[in-house]
Amino acid sequence: MSLLEVRELDVSFGRRRAPAVRGVSFSLDAGQRLGVIGESGSGKTVTALAVTGLLPENAHVGGSVRLGGTEMIGLDERGLARLRGDTVSMVFQEPMTALDPTMRVGRQVAEVLRLHQGAESGPARDRVIAMLDEVGLADPERVADAFPHQLSGGQRQRAILAMALINSPDLVICDEPTTALDVTVQALVLAKLDEVLQASGAACLFISHDLAVVSQVCDQVLVMLDGRIVETGTVERLFTAPEHPYTRGLVATAQLERADPGQRLPTVDDFYAEAEHG
Amino acid sequence: MGERDGAEIFRAENLTRRYRDGGRDVLALDGIDIRLERGQRLGIVGESGSGKSTLVRLLAGLDRPTSGRVWFDGTEITDLPEKRLGFLRASVQMVFQDPRSSLNPRMRVGEIITEPLRSRLVRRQLADGVDHARRLAEVLAAVDLPPDAGTRYPHEFSGGQRQRIAIARALAPHPEVLIADEPVSALDVSVRAQVLNLLTDLVAARGLTLVVVSHDLLVVRHLCDQLAVMRSGRIVERGETSEVYSHPQTDYTRTLLDSVPRIRTSGR
Repeated sequence: MSLLEVRELDVSFGRRRAPAVRGVSFSLDAGQRLGVIGESGSGKTVTALAVTGLLPENAHVGGSVRLGGTEMIGLDERGLARLRGDTVSMVFQEPMTALDPTMRVGRQVAEVLRLHQGAESGPARDRVIAMLDEVGLADPERVADAFPHQLSGGQRQRAILAMALINSPDLVICDEPTTALDVTVQALVLAKLDEVLQASGAACLFISHDLAVVSQVCDQVLVMLDGRIVETGTVERLFTAPEHPYTRGLVATAQLERADPGQRLPTVDDFYAEAEHG
Repeated sequence: MGERDGAEIFRAENLTRRYRDGGRDVLALDGIDIRLERGQRLGIVGESGSGKSTLVRLLAGLDRPTSGRVWFDGTEITDLPEKRLGFLRASVQMVFQDPRSSLNPRMRVGEIITEPLRSRLVRRQLADGVDHARRLAEVLAAVDLPPDAGTRYPHEFSGGQRQRIAIARALAPHPEVLIADEPVSALDVSVRAQVLNLLTDLVAARGLTLVVVSHDLLVVRHLCDQLAVMRSGRIVERGETSEVYSHPQTDYTRTLLDSVPRIRTSGR
């Protein structure tokens, strides 16, 4: 049985039931890393929210999301809370909004731990420091005692990573985790993510608009467009021999370094036109 | 190429800019010297806080240096009062990152695009009797927007179309210099290529001098023949783009280049 099994997921919003995700099915095995590529409005974040039971109340959800054998659709708040952290955890784009600005970072990480294991403050602090160290934060003691605004963006995102990993979840969901970071910091955070995922053996659902970043982190990719999956495959296959015109356009247009400076860049429309005219 | 290519258009000497941020003293620019010739395409890359946006705001006369001097087209603009900056306002136009926040949502696209033409300062610089309707039609066509786009509001357009509107607005007063601050950073990948193609074509067709600020080295490599790498308020490397890419002279530039994620096509 797969760790995560999504079947015919439909999500729509509000009274007009504007569809955001339509008939999405995929599965993820233990330890596997699946990238979800798509542009704004493609449904990739909504899919992640459905997997974690975090959709807003005006969402209408159909289909099935089984995580570790438990059906997430329709599960009550207590059931969801039990799964979050232990089975699934999340890393979002903007670390500042995921952290409580009034609470020291170490306490926030410990809080996640305490919720699930009832650890005392002494040993909990040791675990927190060890975890902050593991995600590559130099001087973890100082970071633990700092407030979020006293840290840089990269440090904050690593603190979030520590929170996401401290309960050794089976699945870590990352939604644009490095999009807000500078490119040198992004490289460090991605390398660290790769390392800690490898060490913990956690599976990862990695959502990004950045094809290059996805290719660095993941084994498998699925491409979403207008709420649907248009193509899935291994990183190697999908990025070297994409099939769907949309994927072919994305892959071509994402590789700016392949074009000579000033040369006309290929666009997605080119590939649709090509597909039409055979 | 225009007939005056090669003449100096911008020069800055020993520019510094300090400001207060929540009780902290920030040195955004720390002694910048830079020179740009007409017809050049300069990319300024750097990470957040490097001072790259501050630098172009000073060049465009949108902000004043704490010390140092700036010249545009041979005239020193450092201490010129706003009412004497008309020539700069008409000649130097900017395009910003997020067209959602840079376009007034309550104005029709036609009014937004012709707004620079109605500015008193700019009007004095332009030939008498610029026909606004005609100019609007011209620039809408130049950025591949439908002729009736002018009657609609910004929210009726997609992100890529809104950036086209911002570019059309910048083109309206026939500028010589286009300064684009992260022009494609807020756009989806599939739209990014279209806007980059548009910028490339417009700059070539009109012989514009281009300044592009970006955190994305590949975007700058595509658009610009000149490159300045900034860090902590200083220019750490400056040269021909192709040269800096193939032979970076500083460790910092090398780190930046190595950090650019690239699509992996073989085993991890």
